[in-house]
Amino acid sequence: MTPAKPETATIQTISPAPKAKRMSGAQMVMEALAEQGVDTIYGSPCGAVLPIYDALHQQKKVKHVLVRHEQGAGHAAEGYARSTGKVGVCLVTSGPGATNTVTALTDALLDSIPMVCISGQVPTFLIGTDAFQEADTTGITRACTKHNYLVKNIADLPNIIHEAFHVARSGRPGPVLIDLPKDIQFAEGDYIQKDNAPIHFYQPRTEPDMDLIETAVEMIANAKRPVFYTGGGIINAGENASKALTKLVRDTGIPITSTLMGLGAYPASDKQWLGMLGMHGTYEANWAMHDCDVMICIGARFDDRVTGKLSAFSPHSKKIHIDIDPSSINKNVHVDLGIVADAGKACEALHQVWKARGFKLDKPAMQNWWKQIEAWRSVKCLSYKNSNDVIKPQYALEKLRDAIAKDGRDTFISTEVGQHQMWAAQFLPFDKPNRWLTSGGLGTMGYGLPAAIGAQMAHPDALCIDVAGEASILMNIQEMTTAVQYKLPIKIFILNNQWMGMVRQWQELLHGERYSQSYSESLPDFVKLAEAYGGVGLRARTPAELDDVIDQMMKTDKVTIVDVCVDQKENCFPMIPSGKAHNEMILSADPSQYDKKLV
Amino acid sequence: MVRKKKFIEQSVYGTGPAEIQAQSHTLSILVDNEPGVLARVIGLFSGRGYNIESLTVAETDDVNNLSRVTVICSGTPMVIEQIKHQLDRLIPIHRVTDLTLEGAHVERELALVKVNSQGEKRIEALRTADVFRARVVDSTHESYVFEVTGSSAKVDAFIDLMRGLGMIDVSRTGVAAMSRGAKAI
Repeated sequence: MTPAKPETATIQTISPAPKAKRMSGAQMVMEALAEQGVDTIYGSPCGAVLPIYDALHQQKKVKHVLVRHEQGAGHAAEGYARSTGKVGVCLVTSGPGATNTVTALTDALLDSIPMVCISGQVPTFLIGTDAFQEADTTGITRACTKHNYLVKNIADLPNIIHEAFHVARSGRPGPVLIDLPKDIQFAEGDYIQKDNAPIHFYQPRTEPDMDLIETAVEMIANAKRPVFYTGGGIINAGENASKALTKLVRDTGIPITSTLMGLGAYPASDKQWLGMLGMHGTYEANWAMHDCDVMICIGARFDDRVTGKLSAFSPHSKKIHIDIDPSSINKNVHVDLGIVADAGKACEALHQVWKARGFKLDKPAMQNWWKQIEAWRSVKCLSYKNSNDVIKPQYALEKLRDAIAKDGRDTFISTEVGQHQMWAAQFLPFDKPNRWLTSGGLGTMGYGLPAAIGAQMAHPDALCIDVAGEASILMNIQEMTTAVQYKLPIKIFILNNQWMGMVRQWQELLHGERYSQSYSESLPDFVKLAEAYGGVGLRARTPAELDDVIDQMMKTDKVTIVDVCVDQKENCFPMIPSGKAHNEMILSADPSQYDKKLV
Repeated sequence: MVRKKKFIEQSVYGTGPAEIQAQSHTLSILVDNEPGVLARVIGLFSGRGYNIESLTVAETDDVNNLSRVTVICSGTPMVIEQIKHQLDRLIPIHRVTDLTLEGAHVERELALVKVNSQGEKRIEALRTADVFRARVVDSTHESYVFEVTGSSAKVDAFIDLMRGLGMIDVSRTGVAAMSRGAKAI
């Protein structure tokens, strides 16, 4: 019998926990950003963020883009996020820096863009004293962020940053703000790595309930006039979600339409694609929505610009709504089947069940449905009367579309807000997700140029075009300087009609042609403006000049403004007028028949 | 009237929904006890135009640092469903329970009522308090402070009676609620 080993012989082989790295709050910010996979941030320095800018200066992992207005930083981060699928980050100072980003944060909230905004704050001991450049940033941004934090203790900082990224990208993505007082930026503490940070209880459901998926598939299989209605949720769910959706739509043979935010999730070149729906959507898409018997909504939210008059919205259909956000289901429209899930996982599950159970749609019914859709298509709702003397905005976009196709580079289109945005959505085809950057929910004029900066920074070799209006572009024109500084060859394609076009259109149609304040009496010379900033300026006055100008634009290696002087009176059609239903659209062919009794 | 009709036709938002009978629901909400969480809850109600009838909040679990918020809100069934989902979306909120839907529950409210009166009225106030099982928690020669606990309806009734008996001050806690039976929320 061997004697038991004396206790002293057992040697502790467990290595001690790695010693946490000590660093300042500002260094923690940079360290955590790098660890979270952030390569580019957008911002502007001032007093309350100087320690962070100092830490930024002493590291190489994170690149900083200096914007000229904090709203631009926010939109650039959005453009970066939308075009890459990653979290966009902006860094702004306290007070005016933070308030200037409020529009961008709200924009990101409404369009579900993952974003983290770090704002400086006055030192903790000055909070509440109306100190210089103090604002109640967490109070102001509470309603326009998915979540926000005020860091009061250095020990909390690393966890808060990691948590902010988790919250921004999980579930329905959105903007998260971290308000960081200056004394916390200076304070020293232990850095906690991403993998050692505690797991937050916020873990939204992403897997669909398979019983509900079975029910949904049965509903689809029994449909005679089904339609897919998809939105930005597919884009947010990642590239694989678009692939899963495309497979599902192709294998079922069902027509598909999408919201403004969802363009590109399904290839626009496909024959099952009906075009965008809603207020300025296509005739076939809106009629299909109105007349369908089963509607499959995935990752869209029944926005009022999509539904039109709610009481007359798709009156005869059974509705299936798949969304990652439970509050979206039954918010505006009562649905027959709601499924809480990630859009991509839901598409995969639907496809898998559809295949496994060998479903086929009723062939004669589908033939009739497609015949009907073809009849709607033959209306050619996007047709317009071209001219030899004046450039029609639609014509300009068709030319742009052809030039993009010829060019062959990966192309990202951003827009401002207004008529040009709707025309771009109607006339430019998107075959891939993440290529279309637009302010859908908030409708922020001035979004397009900074968003294009974000996209171009993330995709240096791609073609980035901001389709703009002359009124919108002026709202963030200062970011031209940013584009010049970082040598970003963004093309700004201005459809210049000298009017706030969409305002003018509504005043014409709905307010008795009383054009109150919608005409821009004084505009800059955009060619000279571009040159003054150090970019290239081009102008097309007639259709004959257009081809050559677009040709030149494609070749420039600097930020380029193309001033396309378009028809001042052109209206954007089709249009569902005020409080009308999908089947009451006005078409371009017959605007004169529009019931002007309304005004 | 004509103007209103015109507005409705011109508005891109169309007409509002028809009026549906609003109902009252009692929600029990478990939240992280951290600064700003109450502002988030209240901000959500004001920002989205929901009605709060009563709101009570205090820390209930100091080990896990949790507070319990009890809200009585009113709206159509669709609005009530929205309120619950919107609350659930707030990051520091752990759980939202609709006690009205869950089944039987008890609701209690506490009120402090100060009465300033002499003579017959002072005696009547004391007598009424006795009927309502209200306790005297402070007393001077001219005044009483009563503490009354019960359903909101009982507290309302007590306050109504005290109004005629020299009531000069009321402080109510709002409703605290809990489901009946062995289950926790």
